[in-house]
Amino acid sequence: MRSSAGRLSLILLLTPFLLWIVLLVLLPHLQMLRVSFQVRESWDTLVWGVEQYQNFFSESYYWRTFVRTGVMSVFTTLLTLLIAFPIAWYIARLARGRARGLLFLACLIPFWASELVRTYGWMILLRESGLFSTWLQALGWVDGPVEMLYNDIAVIIGLVYNGLLFMVVPLVTTLDGMDENLVEAGYDLGGGHLTVLREVVVPWAMPGVVSGCIVVFMLTLGSYLTPILMGGKDSAWFTQQIFTQFITRFNWEQGAALGVLLLFLSSLMVWLGLKLTGQSLRKVMG
Amino acid sequence: MIRSVPRSRLFDGLYLTYLVFFFVYLALPLLVTAAFAFNDAPFPSLPWKGFTLDWYLADGTEGRTGLFHDDALLSALWVSTKIAFWVTLVSVALGCVNAVLFERLEFRGKEFLYLLMLLPLVIPGVILGVSILVFYSGMANDVSRLWGLELDVFRPGLTLVVMGQVTFITTLATLVIAARLRKFDRQLEEAALNLGATPLVAWFTVTLPWLMPSILGAAAMAFLMSFENFNTTVMLTGSDTPLTVALFNRLREGSTPVLNAVALFLMLVSALLAVTTLRQKR
Amino acid sequence: MAVASDLSCHHLVRRFGDNIAVNDISLDVPAGTFFSILGPSGCGKTTLLRLLAGFDRPDQGDIVIRGQRMNDVPPNKRPVNMVFQHLALFPTMSVGDNIAYGLKRRKVPLAERQKKIERVLEQVGLPGLAHRNPQELSGGQRQRVALARCLVLEPTLLLLDEPLGALDLKLREQMKVELKHLQKQFGTTFVYITHDQSEAMVMSDQVAVMRQGRFDQVAPPETLYREPATPFVAGFVGDNNRLSGEVVSLRDNLAEVRLDHGALVAGQVAGSQLAVGGRADLYIRPESLVFTGDGLNERFSRLDATVRSTLFDGANSRIEADINGQPVYARLPQDGSAPGLAEGRGLQLAWDPQLARVFGAEAL
Repeated sequence: MRSSAGRLSLILLLTPFLLWIVLLVLLPHLQMLRVSFQVRESWDTLVWGVEQYQNFFSESYYWRTFVRTGVMSVFTTLLTLLIAFPIAWYIARLARGRARGLLFLACLIPFWASELVRTYGWMILLRESGLFSTWLQALGWVDGPVEMLYNDIAVIIGLVYNGLLFMVVPLVTTLDGMDENLVEAGYDLGGGHLTVLREVVVPWAMPGVVSGCIVVFMLTLGSYLTPILMGGKDSAWFTQQIFTQFITRFNWEQGAALGVLLLFLSSLMVWLGLKLTGQSLRKVMG
Repeated sequence: MIRSVPRSRLFDGLYLTYLVFFFVYLALPLLVTAAFAFNDAPFPSLPWKGFTLDWYLADGTEGRTGLFHDDALLSALWVSTKIAFWVTLVSVALGCVNAVLFERLEFRGKEFLYLLMLLPLVIPGVILGVSILVFYSGMANDVSRLWGLELDVFRPGLTLVVMGQVTFITTLATLVIAARLRKFDRQLEEAALNLGATPLVAWFTVTLPWLMPSILGAAAMAFLMSFENFNTTVMLTGSDTPLTVALFNRLREGSTPVLNAVALFLMLVSALLAVTTLRQKR
Repeated sequence: MAVASDLSCHHLVRRFGDNIAVNDISLDVPAGTFFSILGPSGCGKTTLLRLLAGFDRPDQGDIVIRGQRMNDVPPNKRPVNMVFQHLALFPTMSVGDNIAYGLKRRKVPLAERQKKIERVLEQVGLPGLAHRNPQELSGGQRQRVALARCLVLEPTLLLLDEPLGALDLKLREQMKVELKHLQKQFGTTFVYITHDQSEAMVMSDQVAVMRQGRFDQVAPPETLYREPATPFVAGFVGDNNRLSGEVVSLRDNLAEVRLDHGALVAGQVAGSQLAVGGRADLYIRPESLVFTGDGLNERFSRLDATVRSTLFDGANSRIEADINGQPVYARLPQDGSAPGLAEGRGLQLAWDPQLARVFGAEAL
């Protein structure tokens, strides 16, 4: 009786999970993979082929954007880590009591607004008629209006801004769990600031670092609004091309192929990140 | 580096400056957005022309239409609310079930299924949208062509948007609820049985109240994430435009302070939701 | 089977793979008894308790509570309540709601429920705390709430799973006495498991010493102490010195043992495995050892020893003496009767053979 009741509850709990994962994750992605290998010969005939992938490699616009998106995402992730680490350290280790809670909340506040709102805020600040430009003129530092929007630096400022929360939170969580005696022992045994940071703090914070980096990287790689709205004419983002294929050109086969490539890139980077740091997905995410 | 290790004045000074800069960086875009919702000018930029509530209240008679009279935005707001409601309901329910499944049961292949559960976190949102569009909308196309049946639910529209958002929000809800369930002392359930409760009663009187803060937290998070989502939504949306997509379309036409008004309104709603959940947790 | 016994178990067995956690245990607990199960960790006592509570089922044997077989009764239907090791007070409920939990399950009407809660809180010495949150209470208070939560249901049997383990020493001493009083006051049968022999000795009417899934001895505390049935009990309950040697003669229930370094000593025969020429262990308690120079009886056994050190601990002060490389402890009376004992000084230790017990060596 004991085991049959256990079986029943297992089935009852497993069914919704399987429905979700199979119907919403596995099947759609497999279908996307399948479609990416289908070539449309006329409006209702499809044959197997790799034409879409050939297009990707032969048209430099595709793969250049692909590489650019990947490189900029990695750069943005590392920059976010560098900016967030001292903040997380301060919140987890130096601030106390109320200040600590308030600072942590302050880090969360920007994320009460959506990506669109945040990007919009940056646009108001950076554009030619924007606040920075007006202030600079008022200070007499520049003569005419300055356009600070529509370039790669603006895109990175926006992307880092979007990723910060997802870096700060896991870092604070892991650093918070660190025994301060470890750091004290590090100094006591003759370590300097850098040695202690490198050999005690960073290894301890590694799961948080990796977890934050994965999330920020995924967000950046898959972001659409920020690069579109803040980027210039030649700062294309790969998601934009997927979007174009699906929404503007109705070329699903090409869009699916680009989607598969983006998914491949993201999986590869996450896998590499985990391998290089010796962490497991379960440990850093679960 | 920590409180007990002495630091130099210079280091402390630099550190504090850095902190100040950081929080200015965080707050500035939002403050600016909020402030221009009240600027009495048709374009959100300096100079400041004075305070007005037109961008909320104007009824279009003087060439200005405020948020509360802008039917397109209001209906988009309603669409987003409907979507967020269903997404919250489905993903929190699934999250509870998944949490119990992974924290309380032992079965073969659990480790593998857990990794599958985490998968939506490492798939870009655009791809989630695209794959669901390709699978369901493609299926609807095929069915229509082969048998002449119209499966309208699987055409881009509210159902697909909800499905797309549920895909990844469920994973987040699962993680939040499972983390709380992991801290639950199984002895409490045994104690309930020992005091005469049946397993079902024990679950509802002891385990569920324990999980409640995390369920509410997960619900608030799910609602916000759904409301603010753009990447997945934009691929799946049909004729009913949700708010983020409507705002995006407006923004491409050019910015007006109505957008600032909407943005501030959204921030306030999010803040309210966040504060309520935090208070609940305590 | 006597109706007077609240709990009896017949040949209980519980296996986990190859490991037999409970190995053919039978026991009988008369109504109103404070019954303790004492054993080192891993001896199977927790498994036994979980069998009694119904969280686990025996592979063989029967559990009978007040004449009714309980094997197939689920935990929520047994007239048994349990105080858990970490108390398991529901953190989402107030003290009053914790106590009301079992009453609600029995559908006791609100007014009566409140009356009962008030009364039981008074009985455990926590009047008026019903609205507090368990987390706000001190360790000792939480202990009492856990007890009240069970006692309000008037169970036939109350199981206690080392509930004092988490308390600090002073509070534990106090709670021991209090638990014993509460048990007498309520008249409920308590089954208490612990690895702390002092808890078992102070509170219990009967103590079962458990080892490797079996009971070595079931007896009142004093009997356990004075007449341990096995070498394990002799070593586990109270302090004891063990001296090994060979049996030289068996006479009048006395065994003479030639220790490994040659001395000839005697003690009471305990256990049936003794034979002349066989290996044996003699157990003698520190307080039974006397220093020579007092008016000594001829029958006494004696040994030459050297003082290693004195261990001052108030009434428990002892000396550590050396007998051929083996440490032996003897109680050091603090009433001034002990001789001055400098380190390295020789002395003679003696005892009344009636107070020493000799076991066959194979048994342990």
